[in-house]
Amino acid sequence: MTPTPPETDDDSRPPEVQRGPGDGRQPPDYGFPSGLWKAIEKYKPPGIPSDKAWRSPLRGPWLTSVFGFLLLVSLPLVILTGLLDYIAYGPQFHQAIPGNVGFLHLPFFNWPTRPAWLFQFTEGLHVVLGLVLVPVVLAKLWSVMPKLFAWPPIRSVANLLERLSLIMIVGGIVFEIVTGLLNIQYDYIFGFNFYTAHYFGAWVFIVGFVVHVSLKFPTMVRSLRTRSLRTELRTPLARTRPEAPDPDGLAASSPSPPTISRRGALAVVGGGSLMIAVLSVGQTVGGAARNAALLLPRGRSYGSGPNDFQINRTAASAKIDPAATGASWRLTLLGGPTQVLLTRPMLLAMEQHSADLPIACVEGWSTTQNWSGVRLRDLAHLAGVSAPLSAYVVSLEGPGIFSQARLQSNQVVDPDSLLALKVNGVDLSLDHGYPARIIVPALPGVHNTKWVRSIDFET
Amino acid sequence: MRSLMTGLKQLYGANPLHLLSLLGGFALVGYVISILGLNQLWDSRVWWHSIVVWFVGAIVVHDLVLFPLYAIADRSLGAGWRAITGRLPAAAPRVPPINYIRVPVLGSGLLFLMFFPGIIEQGKRTYHGATGLTQSPFLDRWLLISAALFGLSAVAYAVRSLLVGHRQNDDAPAS
Repeated sequence: MTPTPPETDDDSRPPEVQRGPGDGRQPPDYGFPSGLWKAIEKYKPPGIPSDKAWRSPLRGPWLTSVFGFLLLVSLPLVILTGLLDYIAYGPQFHQAIPGNVGFLHLPFFNWPTRPAWLFQFTEGLHVVLGLVLVPVVLAKLWSVMPKLFAWPPIRSVANLLERLSLIMIVGGIVFEIVTGLLNIQYDYIFGFNFYTAHYFGAWVFIVGFVVHVSLKFPTMVRSLRTRSLRTELRTPLARTRPEAPDPDGLAASSPSPPTISRRGALAVVGGGSLMIAVLSVGQTVGGAARNAALLLPRGRSYGSGPNDFQINRTAASAKIDPAATGASWRLTLLGGPTQVLLTRPMLLAMEQHSADLPIACVEGWSTTQNWSGVRLRDLAHLAGVSAPLSAYVVSLEGPGIFSQARLQSNQVVDPDSLLALKVNGVDLSLDHGYPARIIVPALPGVHNTKWVRSIDFET
Repeated sequence: MRSLMTGLKQLYGANPLHLLSLLGGFALVGYVISILGLNQLWDSRVWWHSIVVWFVGAIVVHDLVLFPLYAIADRSLGAGWRAITGRLPAAAPRVPPINYIRVPVLGSGLLFLMFFPGIIEQGKRTYHGATGLTQSPFLDRWLLISAALFGLSAVAYAVRSLLVGHRQNDDAPAS
């Protein structure tokens, strides 16, 4: 089913049929100022491949549109989960990074505590799906490469603006992939703030993505109709034929004989995505799958003891003085009529509650453990605050963006929100926040403050 | 009205909606950069720590380094194969090996491209501070995964060659 006649029929049309620009294989007319574009055409620099240099028999608008369609349905999920994670950090308390984002955010709302795996899910989906789409993005870019090197590069103002807009989408997606990949591997070679760059880079990409989709959606739909996916999946190498020449010049004008079928190429891309999925999903879901996350930081085993699970920032790197966590340690509760000081034995003498809760990090990994300690709402009550609007938690560690965190009201009063003293039945290890740490359902990992020094229940 | 539209289309090169979408997009990106702060794009102390360098660099490295490299590698693979089969047609294997080489090379290359920081132990200090572990296992793991990919491909190639061989032998009396 081809809704448009094959391009080769163009030449046999009656001459009175008017050809719109971009219709058929012939280069479209030049727009204003045509003299300039024609002048540029004459100065082709060496190294720009000619039309005939592109020989892939698989490239063409249909294949590009298949990759484009896959990205069109999946990238919005990556975008949405990324923007949701900004909300999870609590922008209403000015603790989401970057701080000032103007209108560039989802509407603010209080991040819920239920389901407890909410942040594990949103951030896990953001990172794992982002990784899984890398082969598709690379394939999509491969499929449109002839357009990048097309000569003349510009035929009209429209052409010029559209090419400039591609900087947003291509630069945006590759920048987001590169910064994201480096961040989840703790490689901060880029030197700038990851959160700021990844957030604003995402918005540049989002703008480019929306513009590109609005310009190309009709082309994508039209191109997808030129071939049937079902037929392609049944077409072996021997019967694989190049796509018809297209006005954008994606299909090669003199293709080589195919060495792989179209379904084979799709399988290579899909297989790459599947391999990445197998190698990364274990970081998020844990259990036996964690062992398959062979190349990622959070697939590693720490041992089999109760405290042997993924550490986020060691006590040493947070510059915790072990002496400050000993018998002299006191928890200070503020916000009530008087300040309350508690020792660890006093906390252990209070009603203990335990809950299975995930630590879920912005890098997409998580680990669910059994935590026990005192409910935060019991501590608020002890401090003399019956209905806290928020709670400001400060750690023993020195100044730094994650040495304190503010919790919303729902995060303080949830029955599973704890000042944890133990994990899996034993005292927390120093790296996991001994003498006491916060653990709140669905809260981003870094806001589950470790080595807690004080809690201020704010009204 | 109609001739005005055609005139604009010829002058600009596309319909007015095209122009409006793009101008709207550029204005929005201008807003994004304005909120970020133009000065945030550039690091005057270390130029390559600049966001703008990494943004533009991402395009340049993909389009002008990565793409040409893998395209040339793939074309060389095809040319090498044709050179061998052209000179010694009798010695040519029944099953073209090209995809059995391409696939594991692509797999291994993709893994290196995505996970090289661990493999080459880049960011050692921050990695250790974040996790309490070292990156030492990653190089060996990548090599083992690559070995498995090449090994599986070799097995698949051997099986395919045997099957094709049998089929050709079965077909022999008939042809």
